[in-house]
Amino acid sequence: MSEFEPKIIAFCCQYCAYNAADTAGSMRLQYTPNVEIVLIPCSGRFDVILALKAFQSGADGVYVAGCLEGGCHFLDGNIRAKKRVVYLQNELKKIGLEPERLAMVNVSASQGPQFAAYVDEFAGVVKGLGPSPVKKQLAA
Amino acid sequence: MTREIKTNSNLEKVLASGAFAVTGELGPPRSADGHEVAEKAKHLVGNVDSVNITDNQTAVVRMSSLAAGLLVQKAGIQCNMQMVTRDRNRIAIQSDIMGAYALGINNLLCLTGDHQKFGDHPQSKNVFDMDAIGLIQTVKSMRDDGRLLSGQELPPEGRPKIFIGSAYNPFADPEKYRIIRTKKKVDAGVDFLQSQCIYDMPRFRAFMKEAVDMGLTEKAYFMAGITPFKNLGMARYMQKNVPGILVPEEFVKRLKDVPKEKQAEEGMKIASEQIEEFKSMPGIKGVHLMLIEWEHMVPEFVKLCNLLPRPKL
Amino acid sequence: MIICERKPIDEIKGFIAGKKKVLLVGCRGCVTVCNAGGTKEVEILAALLRLDAQKEGVELTVDEFTLERQCDPEYVDELADLVAKGYEVILSMACSVGPQFLSRRYPKERVFPSLNTCFIGGALAHGVWAEHCQACGNCIIHNYGGMCPVSRCSKSIMNGPCGGSSNGVCEISKEVECVWHLIASKYMDEGRLEEFAPIQPIKDWSKSRDGGPRKIVREELVK
Repeated sequence: MSEFEPKIIAFCCQYCAYNAADTAGSMRLQYTPNVEIVLIPCSGRFDVILALKAFQSGADGVYVAGCLEGGCHFLDGNIRAKKRVVYLQNELKKIGLEPERLAMVNVSASQGPQFAAYVDEFAGVVKGLGPSPVKKQLAA
Repeated sequence: MTREIKTNSNLEKVLASGAFAVTGELGPPRSADGHEVAEKAKHLVGNVDSVNITDNQTAVVRMSSLAAGLLVQKAGIQCNMQMVTRDRNRIAIQSDIMGAYALGINNLLCLTGDHQKFGDHPQSKNVFDMDAIGLIQTVKSMRDDGRLLSGQELPPEGRPKIFIGSAYNPFADPEKYRIIRTKKKVDAGVDFLQSQCIYDMPRFRAFMKEAVDMGLTEKAYFMAGITPFKNLGMARYMQKNVPGILVPEEFVKRLKDVPKEKQAEEGMKIASEQIEEFKSMPGIKGVHLMLIEWEHMVPEFVKLCNLLPRPKL
Repeated sequence: MIICERKPIDEIKGFIAGKKKVLLVGCRGCVTVCNAGGTKEVEILAALLRLDAQKEGVELTVDEFTLERQCDPEYVDELADLVAKGYEVILSMACSVGPQFLSRRYPKERVFPSLNTCFIGGALAHGVWAEHCQACGNCIIHNYGGMCPVSRCSKSIMNGPCGGSSNGVCEISKEVECVWHLIASKYMDEGRLEEFAPIQPIKDWSKSRDGGPRKIVREELVK
């Protein structure tokens, strides 16, 4: 059996994290390849239903990347996103899904290296958890 | 000041005679053991004019105040049966008043009662059909007008001749409003009022001056509540944790300055000094001693305060 | 409005345990406004239940539908075609009137409440609601500075504040403001204390729930 490569969905704010991913790319930084980035206009656009659908479709991990706290283009979109992440983590725990599969990170547009490092760190966490129990059933 | 005697209450007779009255307090047991009540009552007989019997205080289930009160009366001293409106609607309230009087209860302390949230049965449904002021009106209507709340008339021999009491709190918030609420109780027809425990003498003096100026002390007997400190820890606890009770730093310091084994003695000394002031404070007609779970100290304490002998009327 | 809160997911899972076909019905009334049972909350609960079923490897279909209101028969009727498709369980995401109306209209169906109906209240801030009415059936707030002592005082007293009022909060919790403190302060601040000093009479509770389940018939509206 080949080594488990987690499938990760990242909801990235267009003002910061999405650019940080670009910065990482133009700096030719290497980071784990199994992340699919979804552009959102602000991390405040993140909704619990988006993460739920990602998990239902077989994602092993989901994270939301927004601007640094205090740096949201729309004032407090990232704070709202954080609260939704915490809310959903609790709900996931109640249905027996590891809450660590969902996370929130704050980066600025220039923090390419930090973005790359976070992706690796999160991928490591998810890898440690193993495949999502939902995905195992999908494959069966 | 002498007033018309309305009841067979010993407390009323003492107050009406102009003597400085003394009431005690006894908490019924959390069991069906009647001997415990009789034991505690022994310390109070002859030392106070009547004894408050608490009604499931702090919403913790205990023997009923009526039953414990009757046990206390059997031991040889009248009781002030407490009644809270938390657990009874107007049907039970009026029925219990009739029953209590028929069994020989002469004093009833009308209270709203602590909310059950912090009691031992927070799952219970509360009643609060009326508040303490409504309860005072209810007893007064039954006694003086011979009418139930429904308007139903009571025959003259069937009217409960009850001496009506309630509590007043000079220290709760909002400060300026407390005298108004006390006035409402007087207007409702209360005969005597006992306060929460008093430590903040300046604020109490100011409160009583207002009560005298408003003429309230001419219409009802005001009694001052006293709880001696058992030790420094108790004083500190009350200072920090009991809402509406202000313990002056001066009292804490006095307890701190004596060795631990002398603290109880110092606490009683502080209380006796307060009582000495109450004896001549305008409007104050007696003291209410709350030595809860410390009933055996009552004989020594009343002696220390020169409150003996109690008048026999 | 009527303020509700979703039941814990475990309790809802208990209602549908072993069932394969579930209909989840939301309501566009009060519970949409208080974010407990509108289209969005229906979508989230359905997704959570599906995710849970996927994880467990059990077959589960959760269909979603949100009615204009669940407390009016004409809207409840709109569910007829969907119900005819055959569901093992119908979960109502309305206040408790909803599941009662659904099970009366569709008596053969097994209808469960997914919300706890908490109180009649209003939003103090986004995401914060507080009780303001107990439906006592005879509004008296004009006698109390526009504030309700029945619902907002822990003891529903008519002549407060009681001795448990301290620093403007109730004896039961520092999170509960003492409405009597607010009432008394308002009259004192406005210099209208004399209006407030008279004793308020013992309340007549016969128009409240104490008088039995209530019903209103408006003759001019009845066909």
